[in-house]
Amino acid sequence: MTDQPQATKKMSIAEALREAIREEMQRDERVFCLGEDIGIPGGFGGAFTVTLGLSEEFGHERVLDTPISEAGIAGAAVGAALSGMRPIADVQYADFLFCAMDQLVNQAAKMRYMSGGKVSVPMVMRAPSGATTRAAQHGQSPESFFIHVPGVKVACPSTAYDAKGLLKTAIRCDDPVLFFEHKLLYGSKGMRAEKGALSPEGEVPLEDYTVPFGKAAIRREGTDVTILGKLMTVYRALAAAEDLAEEGISCEVIDPRTLVPFDVETVAQSIRKTEHLVIVDECPRTGGWAGEAAAVLQEAAFGSLDAPIKRVTAPDTPVPFAPVMEKYYIPDEDDVKAAVREVLRWR
Amino acid sequence: MADPSPDRMLHMYRQMQRIRQFEEKVNQLFLEGRMPGTLHLYTGQEACAVGVAEALDEDDWVVGTHRPHGHAIAKGVTLDDMMAELFAKSTGCARGYGGSMHVGDPATGVLPAIAIVGGNIPVASGMALGFKMQKTGQVIACFMGDGALNEGAFHEGVNMAAIWDLPVVFVCENNLYGASTPVDQVTRLEKLSDRAAGYGIPGETVDGMDVLTVHGAAQRAVERARNGDGPTLLECLTYRFVGHSRSDTRSYRSRDEEAEWKARDAIPRLAAHMVERGITTQDEVDAIAAEVAAEIEASIEFAESSPSPAPEDCLKYVFTEEAGQ
Repeated sequence: MTDQPQATKKMSIAEALREAIREEMQRDERVFCLGEDIGIPGGFGGAFTVTLGLSEEFGHERVLDTPISEAGIAGAAVGAALSGMRPIADVQYADFLFCAMDQLVNQAAKMRYMSGGKVSVPMVMRAPSGATTRAAQHGQSPESFFIHVPGVKVACPSTAYDAKGLLKTAIRCDDPVLFFEHKLLYGSKGMRAEKGALSPEGEVPLEDYTVPFGKAAIRREGTDVTILGKLMTVYRALAAAEDLAEEGISCEVIDPRTLVPFDVETVAQSIRKTEHLVIVDECPRTGGWAGEAAAVLQEAAFGSLDAPIKRVTAPDTPVPFAPVMEKYYIPDEDDVKAAVREVLRWR
Repeated sequence: MADPSPDRMLHMYRQMQRIRQFEEKVNQLFLEGRMPGTLHLYTGQEACAVGVAEALDEDDWVVGTHRPHGHAIAKGVTLDDMMAELFAKSTGCARGYGGSMHVGDPATGVLPAIAIVGGNIPVASGMALGFKMQKTGQVIACFMGDGALNEGAFHEGVNMAAIWDLPVVFVCENNLYGASTPVDQVTRLEKLSDRAAGYGIPGETVDGMDVLTVHGAAQRAVERARNGDGPTLLECLTYRFVGHSRSDTRSYRSRDEEAEWKARDAIPRLAAHMVERGITTQDEVDAIAAEVAAEIEASIEFAESSPSPAPEDCLKYVFTEEAGQ
């Protein structure tokens, strides 16, 4: 971003998300948080410390601890949104969204449509995503499910700057937003620190700013191949690009920042320059975001492509536990490098 | 419990007539092939919706089910808006996007009906949470059938309303069958309102074929809700005189049982009560029914002469900001 405001502070993604929530709660009394273990005195501040300290600042009525009731949480958010509030709900792990699917898919996403546009559901549902040696039910990346649901927007911040700016946009958005955060990117501290985390810190403006939905970020400029990644795979792509530069291969790395809406044009423009596309995604392969992005982008830029689009994804298996298997499962920079070399063979 | 005012009783009678005659008419239109979609008729259960709605204020809310015509009409959605929606016209209460199973109108405090069994319960609790946080003093009545009590959403939604003392009234219309399945086959409880004890909230079972009884119980529940004393589970024992949906021949229940319940029909029952008390005359009651019939004919005319949505209108209203804007 070229027009970053002056005063900034180095923050982790968890801190940046907390700042976004704090500022929005100060700005708008309709904004409140609800979820499990988010405000209990002496508790965790949510599973990954994002809401730490907020109940002390805003009171337990606005940082509302719920029963373990994911369908209830999602439904409460839908209803509260319909009554004029701006709820920020969360689940401790994105896997638990499946407990709330009726509320998210049948209620939140469809309420506006079923009413013929007479109501809207301005809610945010935050969800920690990604494999972190927690195996099959605490390590999924369910983002792809929700791009298939007309009526919800899907955001995936990968930097602290975006985390704050996108969450503010989500809170101010009049539609339901699924907000996915990667567990290895939070930078949570103390007992909640994650082993193997990347925890990128970044300069975050202290004043109010937003990052618009549907506007991708070019994380690294290049001329030979475009690599599209989201959340953690942005960093896998950047690491691969660094290594490939030494081989004389110039990679452009793009982060969509939101999957719905998806900024087709920025990626298509990049393809017109590089003529090659690799998509890296931690979601399982079949029916996943990578496949959808590939379809959309070949429709938009087929004439510029010099090679078939290559997907690098998790395999079609549940998330395994054993660290050696998990390492195999998660797309890493070696997988990305191999894919880049493969698409460039068509030159 | 004292009767409501004569005016309110007459209004209740008119509202029950509106629901009954609306449904008789739409069923006929449907069978004639003049109306698309499917129908879940409420016929026989009118006292439940009207008794509850008349205990609510204008700015209170209701949320209905897949069988929602009665809930919507009782809370004030107009017959024109209802009829046009069922005719799939752009003048309908949901502009043709919802149909029979999603009728509602925020202007009258009716959420789009939620046709997933039990799905409206957590939403109602959430709306009540919003009322409480904003200190609006509003209440929401959440209708459900007997079948909804075995959905997980019932448990999660009612428990949240209970722990936070939310201003919501859960109205279970026990019509004895979940589609074709008898209620005693899916629960050990004889009184469904006993479920309330599991959440530490009051439960009450009342005669759902008597609008005045339903109204009295609803008033108590609404008062509790509005005073900050939390939710109530109100079970109304009732019966749908017709099948579950359009293709139901009702082979799973006896004609004797149907006759017994029809003898308790809430509409003539209220008329008889009012005539007995000298509140009105049979002629006046008949005049109300005739006025409603004329209103319904007018609503059909309105609906049939209304425009259909354009086919590509299906792309609208997914998000608040339309694509390309």
